[in-house]
Parts: sequence; structure tokens; C-alpha cells
Amino acid sequence: MYRYDQYDQDMVDARVAEFRDQTQRRIEGKLTEDQFKPLRLQNGLYLQLHAYMLRVAVPYGTLSSAQMHMLADIADKYDRGYGHFTTRQNIQYNWIKLEDAPQILADLATVEMHAIQTSGNCIRNISSDQFAGAAADEIVDPRPYAELLRQWSSFHPEFLALPRKFKICVIASETDRAAMKLHDIGIRIVRNDQGELGAAFYVGGGMGRTPMIAPLLREFVPLDQLITYSEACLRVYNRYGRRDNKYKARIKILVHELGKDEYARQVEEEFAHLQTLGIEPPIAELERIKTYFTDPAFQAGASDDLDLSDPDFALWVERNCLAHKQSGYIVANISLKPVGGIPGDASAAQIHLMADLAKEYSFDELRVTHAQNIVLPHVRKADLYTLWQKLDEAGLGAANLDTIEDIIACPGLDYCSLANARSIPVAQKIATRFAETGKSGTLGELKLKISGCINACGHHHAGHIGILGVDRKGVENYQLLLGGCEGDDTSLGQITGPGFDEDGIVGAVETATDVYLANRKDGERFLDTYRRIGMAPFKEALYG
Amino acid sequence: MKILTGNDLKTGAVTWWTGQDWSIHVEDAVDVGDEADAIAAREEGARRVNSPYAIDAVREDNGGIRPAHIKDRIRALGPTVRPDLTLKPADPEAGNWVI
Ligand code: SF4
Repeated sequence: MYRYDQYDQDMVDARVAEFRDQTQRRIEGKLTEDQFKPLRLQNGLYLQLHAYMLRVAVPYGTLSSAQMHMLADIADKYDRGYGHFTTRQNIQYNWIKLEDAPQILADLATVEMHAIQTSGNCIRNISSDQFAGAAADEIVDPRPYAELLRQWSSFHPEFLALPRKFKICVIASETDRAAMKLHDIGIRIVRNDQGELGAAFYVGGGMGRTPMIAPLLREFVPLDQLITYSEACLRVYNRYGRRDNKYKARIKILVHELGKDEYARQVEEEFAHLQTLGIEPPIAELERIKTYFTDPAFQAGASDDLDLSDPDFALWVERNCLAHKQSGYIVANISLKPVGGIPGDASAAQIHLMADLAKEYSFDELRVTHAQNIVLPHVRKADLYTLWQKLDEAGLGAANLDTIEDIIACPGLDYCSLANARSIPVAQKIATRFAETGKSGTLGELKLKISGCINACGHHHAGHIGILGVDRKGVENYQLLLGGCEGDDTSLGQITGPGFDEDGIVGAVETATDVYLANRKDGERFLDTYRRIGMAPFKEALYG
Repeated sequence: MKILTGNDLKTGAVTWWTGQDWSIHVEDAVDVGDEADAIAAREEGARRVNSPYAIDAVREDNGGIRPAHIKDRIRALGPTVRPDLTLKPADPEAGNWVI
């Protein structure tokens, strides 16, 4: 894992001191809310429905045990004993007091964490593949590149006041597990015919009000030009992005309005200019960063045997574990989706436990996934059964990854001041209904995603089944979408028709799955069947 | 009736204007008529509240006060998915009030 150097630490410590002073001045009345609001937002502190909310950055979703313990300590000491893992691989606390916020940031700084650039019109936390460094199908670990981008984008003076927020994702595998094409910039590290590494740039994707899949802008950017090309993309956006209209200010609108080719031409022009300025960090810096991401000391010759005689364990392995690049090891996913629970929430005790288990069984490392789950990336197969037993005892053993119970749900109207409708109760009701009817397993892979408003933090456009909460004359209403997908074959869900009330949407989801079960062919997932038979049979069943 | 709500500056807690002070209980709210802007400006200046705003509400038969919009009913109660963290942790049906 990356460790701060003195420069990183000084930068974060200085920010904590600055925010402590700003907060004090706000409490003393020397700053008005209008003056203070942008300052607190730059430090991840929002005002939500019930209290202040603090969003803490988890760079590319990677955490050490010590950092995870600190997250639990903060939940216990300053919040109400839990945290919420988000679809941006971050964590949020819902009950923060303004007067505590500076000290929380100081505590975070002791474990090399912060909340900088988790809000505002700047480059946000860089996201990545939650299985980076462990997946069998990756060509390199994408995290050194994500870290280089993190350093470049942190406090980048030119990009702290962009037209809108900006999200970058970096992956390096065949399979896209990070919704890469639904980011402002999605970068896939690739190898060309000469065997050289480079970066494919997908620019102008995003969800929200106007969802768009990022087009491929350039197939191959040499890695020693990664930052320069990124800078060129940002510069063109910063210059021409629509500052006059918040709803048209994301880069996806600029790329769409200019056309991909014209935007690409302008980026190439800027890129050529920037190359003359020598802004690319020295390759030695990338090499320095890479030394933090070398493989852990895997045990040579570790056994690949797994005793699957316990059926509950066997099911968990089948659903929640993934092949590791190293023989004798496996990737273990901890579902934060117990049936009837709150997607992404974990108690301080559970967070502590996951930290302890990572230390004991996963070389001190954890990952947060954009699906609001936790990963122990490097588990020896010989330890897997014991690990699962400990998880199960703590309510963390749900065997439901990528099933209809593994629902992504944003905080919605239970917590979020921008929401139109609640997301969490809908997720709870759907998961409970399908668990009770025993259909979850029968349905296989089915990604269901719920957002409480058009901002789409719950990625509803990218759900095989998506649900969007809307406000219909002060009453919660839910639109149903079908056919979204966030992976290699990214697609955007289509609305089925008129919305449903809270109970109606649960029935509607059940109806949609019945149509799938009645029509599926061998091996087809819900998404495959939908793509083959189209919307009509679903509409017919839903609206008659 | 019009009632005035905001969040406590230091703690962020949801508060309601009672006529003299701020309470975390919506039942304590008073009708501010057309005084909302003046009270909000004064109280914000005194740093007793953050981002106050006026909302429509009705007085219920049992004497309680029901904000017109679901968002403010959820603010008044707490998250419906964590009854233990609401202002009525002992009442498992409390969440029904917001709907
Ligand atoms: S999608 Fe809307 S309701 Fe949900 S967290 Fe985002 S802004 Fe809030």
C-alpha cells in the first residue's frame, strides 16, 4: 500500500490546521455560512437532513487495517456507532458535529487519510478495480497509476474550480468491474502490439440527469504521458465546460455537444502544447510509487484445496469469492447487504472486526467496492473456512454477491437533503421479499440499483434493474428501469413506463423477474434475456 | 401554519423555532406567520441556527405538528430505517407518521 511521504503528510496536516481555524471562526461568527460553506465542503463536510455529514476519501478503495480501525473509532467516538460505505468507494458518517470535524480530520491524518476533494467542483477521489493487485485477469496493478493521478489532482491549482465535479477511474483488466465508462474519464491500462503499456482514455461518461457512456477518445496514450494527456483533457473541459448551466456543466455534455472528434482534436492540440512544457512527473516518481504496490509475501506452494462439505460455506465461496492470480489464494468479498439491512452500512464493531480479519488473513489490506461491499483481497485458501465462520458470527457472512439481494442503494430521503424519495426501505423490502420466496438464488446474477433522486448516486441507470425515486406531488414514487449495465458491455437502463408507489415497486420488480424466468434460455442472466426479448414483454406484464 | 426550522450551528441537529428558542421537537414549533425572514435573520446572526427556512405545517388533532412535506417530517423524526436513532426509539410505528 502507498505510504505518505513527508510532502503528503505536511500537506494534509496543514489542511487540518487551516480547517480548525476556519471552523473556529465560523463558530465565533467571524465567518458567515455563505463564506464557510465552500470551505467545509472542500473538506468533505456537508449539511444533510439530520446533521453534518462527513465524507472521507478512500483512495482507489484501498485501506490498511490501521486505517479501517480508525474509521471504526471515528464511528464510535464522533458518530453514532456506524459508517456508510458509498458507491464512490468512500465512507460517510451521518451524525457529525461541526465542532468535532477538525479533530476528526486530525485523527484521520494520523493514518494518512483525509476528506479533501470529496465534494465541490474539483477532481474527486480516484476510483479503481476493487480486485486490483489480486485479479487473475489484470495486466498490471492499476493502483500506482491511480496514485500518480491522486497526487497530480490533489490541490491542482488549475482544477479546483472546474465547471462541475470530476470523477476519474483507472482499471487494468479485461473485465471492467469499476463502471469505468460511466466516469468523466475512464482509463484502462492496456498493452499494445509491441508489448508496451499505455492507457486507453474514455472521456465524457457519467450518470446523473443525463446519463452517457464515455466514448473511446484515444486508444493508446504512452504511460510516460499519462498526466500530460489527462491535463489536456481537463484543460479543454475547464475552458469550454458550461459554467452557465449547472445541469449542462459536466464534461459529458461538452463532449456530446462538441462531438467526440472535435473534442479529441482540441485535446490533441492542447496535448501537443503541454508536451513542450514538460509537466509529466519524472518516471522515477512512478517507480517510487510502484514499490508500494508490490505483491505481498505469498506463501510458496500454498494449497489450492478447499473443503466445501459445509453447504453454507460452499455457497458463500461460490457466490462471494473470486479466483486469485496467485495459486493457493482467493479473493473474498464481504457482503454489506444482510437481508433487511441497510446497504453499505457497517457498525463500528463490524468495521473493527473486518480490520482484524484483514490483518490476520489478508496481508493487512481491505478494499471498498463501488457496490458498497468490502473485499479481503489476498486470503490463503487454507484460512478461508475459519475466516468465513468469523464473518458469519458477526452478521457479515451473507452469500449474496451480485444477486438481487446485493442491492446498491444511496442514502435517499432517510439522510440526503437532495433526495426525492427513500431508497433504503425499498432495498430492504425487495431483498426481504426475494429472500423469503427463495428466488434470489434462482435468479442468478441480477444487479439492482436504487437512487433517491436523479443525481444517480445509486447508479440506477446501470442496474440490470434500476429504480429511481421521484417526488410526485409530495409523495414518493418510483420509476422502474431495465437493461442497464456497468461492465464491458455498458448500457443504460430504459424506463418501463409510469412509476409505482413503495409497495408497488416491490411487486413490479417481482413481475419483471417473473418475465425473465418464463423466457430465459440456458445460461442467460436477467440482462441477457432482456437484451434478447426487449422491453415489450416486460411492459405487457407490468402494465397489461 | 408556517413554522421555522434549521440546524443547530455547532451540532447540526434539526431544530424548530419555539417563539423564544430552538427545540429539537417539532411539537414545540410555533406559527411564525409572516415573521419567518426576520426571525431567521436575527437567529442566524446570533449563530444559534444554520440555514433556517420556513415551511408549511398543520396542527394535528392530538396537538402535534405535521410538516407538509415528507422531507421535513423525516427531519422531524429521524431516519425511518434506523428507528433506534429517531426521536421516538421506543415506538416501532413512528416511521408511519412520515408517510
Ligand atoms: S442519488 Fe440523490 S438522494 Fe441519493 S444520495 Fe445522491 S443526491 Fe442523495
